[in-house]
Amino acid sequence: MNRATSLTSHLPVIDVESAPFWAGTKQHKFLIRHCNACGRSHFYPRHSCPHCWSDNCEWRPASGRGRVYSYTVIHHNDVLPFKEWLPYIVALIDLEEGVRVTTNIVEGTPEVMHVGMPVEVVYERVTDEVTLPQFRPRAQT
Amino acid sequence: MEPRISIVGVGESDCGDVPDKSALQLHQDAAKVALADAGLTKDDVDGLFSCGDDWTHTLQVAEYLGLRPGYVDSTQIGGASWELFVEHAVVALRAGMCNVALLVYGSTARADIKRRRLRDYTPAPRGPAQYEAPYGLTLVGKYALAARRHMHEYGTTRRQLAAVAVAMNQWAQMNPKAFHYGKPLSLDGALKTRMIADPLRQADCCLRTDGGGAVILTTAERARDLRRKPVQVLGTGEAVSHLHMTQWSDMPDLVAAQSGRRALQQAGITPRDVDVLQVYDAFTIMVLLTLEALGFCGRGESGPLVESGALGPGGALPTNTDGGGLAGNQPGMRGVFLLIEATRQLRGECDARQVPDAQVALCNGTGGYLSACGTVVLGA
Repeated sequence: MNRATSLTSHLPVIDVESAPFWAGTKQHKFLIRHCNACGRSHFYPRHSCPHCWSDNCEWRPASGRGRVYSYTVIHHNDVLPFKEWLPYIVALIDLEEGVRVTTNIVEGTPEVMHVGMPVEVVYERVTDEVTLPQFRPRAQT
Repeated sequence: MEPRISIVGVGESDCGDVPDKSALQLHQDAAKVALADAGLTKDDVDGLFSCGDDWTHTLQVAEYLGLRPGYVDSTQIGGASWELFVEHAVVALRAGMCNVALLVYGSTARADIKRRRLRDYTPAPRGPAQYEAPYGLTLVGKYALAARRHMHEYGTTRRQLAAVAVAMNQWAQMNPKAFHYGKPLSLDGALKTRMIADPLRQADCCLRTDGGGAVILTTAERARDLRRKPVQVLGTGEAVSHLHMTQWSDMPDLVAAQSGRRALQQAGITPRDVDVLQVYDAFTIMVLLTLEALGFCGRGESGPLVESGALGPGGALPTNTDGGGLAGNQPGMRGVFLLIEATRQLRGECDARQVPDAQVALCNGTGGYLSACGTVVLGA
C-alpha cells in the first residue's frame, strides 16, 4: 500500500483560506493560526479567531509534536482508495500548541496505539500541489 | 401561563424493506396515517416541518402533498431535526403563526443502497472538510473516536457497548413492526459481529431501512375536540456543538446536557420522573453519552448502568421500546420515530412492550456526528 500515490481523489480543494497551510506542508512546515489579541491558536485555519473573533491572526509553524487524543482502526470502507488501505488508523492529535488535528498514523500498528501516545508529523508528497501531513509514533522524551 | 401544545396524531408509512415507493410517497403515506389518527384532514395543515438531504426540501414536500402552508421550517441538523421541529412548532403554534403543524419524514435509504444510488458519505474535501477528508475518516469512524475516548476516560468496555444493542434488540422482539423482530441478539453474538471501525462492531451500528413518519401538533384548545387524548409537550430544548470531530473540544460530552437542562426545567421534572425514554441510537456509544449528558447517571457511569439491564424490558429505565434505530427502523434521520413511540407509550397503545402506567416520556434526538441535540419531554 502506498497512500501517497493512491490518493487521487479526496485531495484537498485548496482555497484562499487554506492556500498558506498547503504551501507550508510542501516545505515540511505545519502552519497554524495564532491570534495576537487573545493569545490562542486554532486549527483548522480561519481568517479570524474563532475564540475572540479578532482579525489580528498570523500563521505560525507548529512543533509537529503532539499526543493521541483518540483513534479508531477503520476496518470497513467501500470508498477507493481507502478500501485498499484497510485496516488503517485515523487519529485525533492534540498538538503541543493546543490545537487538535485529524491524521492517519503511519509507521505504527493498531497494537501499539493508545490514547496519550506521543506522535510527530511526517510529510507525504501526493501531487505537485499537495503534500499531506501524517503522524507517526515518537519516542517519549 | 403559556398555551399548552399537544401531539394529537402520529403515524408511520411502511418501514423496513420498501422497494416500490418513492421517498415523497413515504412522506404522504405517513402524513395520511397521522392526520387520520388525529381526526384531521390535509386542509387543516397550515404549518409544515420537514427536512431531507436535498435542496428546498419543504418546497418539494409541500408541492407533492398539495399543501400551501403559511409556515415552514426546514431546519437540517441531521436525525435530531424532528426534536428541534417540536420546539419550533410549539413557538409557532403559541404565536398563532400556524394552527396545525405537520412534522413529516420519508426516506428510501435502504432501497437507495441496494440500487447503489446513495451518495458517498465521505464529505467533499472542500472548506473545513479538506483537513479531514484525505484521511478516510468514515461516518462510523467518527463515532468510534468518541467511543474510544469514553473507554479511555471511564473504562467503558466493548461488552457494555454491546449491551445497548442487546437491550434494543430485546424490545424489537416485542414489536412486530421492528426490522429485527424475530431475530434475537445475544451479548456474545453481538461481540462476534464484524469490526467496522474499532471499537465499534456491526452490532454497535444502526440499521439502514426505508420508511417515513409523521407527527401532528396543535394547541390545547384545538386538541379538545379531536379523536385522540392529546399528549402534552411539557418541555423542549436544543443545542449544537460542532461539525468536524477536531472542533468538539469537550469530546465526549454531548450537548444533550444543554438541551436536556432546558427541556427538564420547562417540564419542571428531573430524570427520576421519566417513565419511558426514547434516545437516538445511531450507534451504541450515542446512548451511553446521552444517558450521562441528560443526568440519568453520572459521567462514566453509563456503561455499568446499561450492563445491569436497565434499558431493556423490565428494567428501571425502559429505553427505545420500539427497538430504536439499532433494531427497529432507521431510514437515515429517525428523530420522528422517537416522538411517535413516546406518544404511543403515553397513550398506552404499545401492547406487549407497553411500559405500565407511563406518564412522562423523554425523547432525545442527536444529529450530525454527535453534533447537535434536541430534547422533548412529553406527558400523558
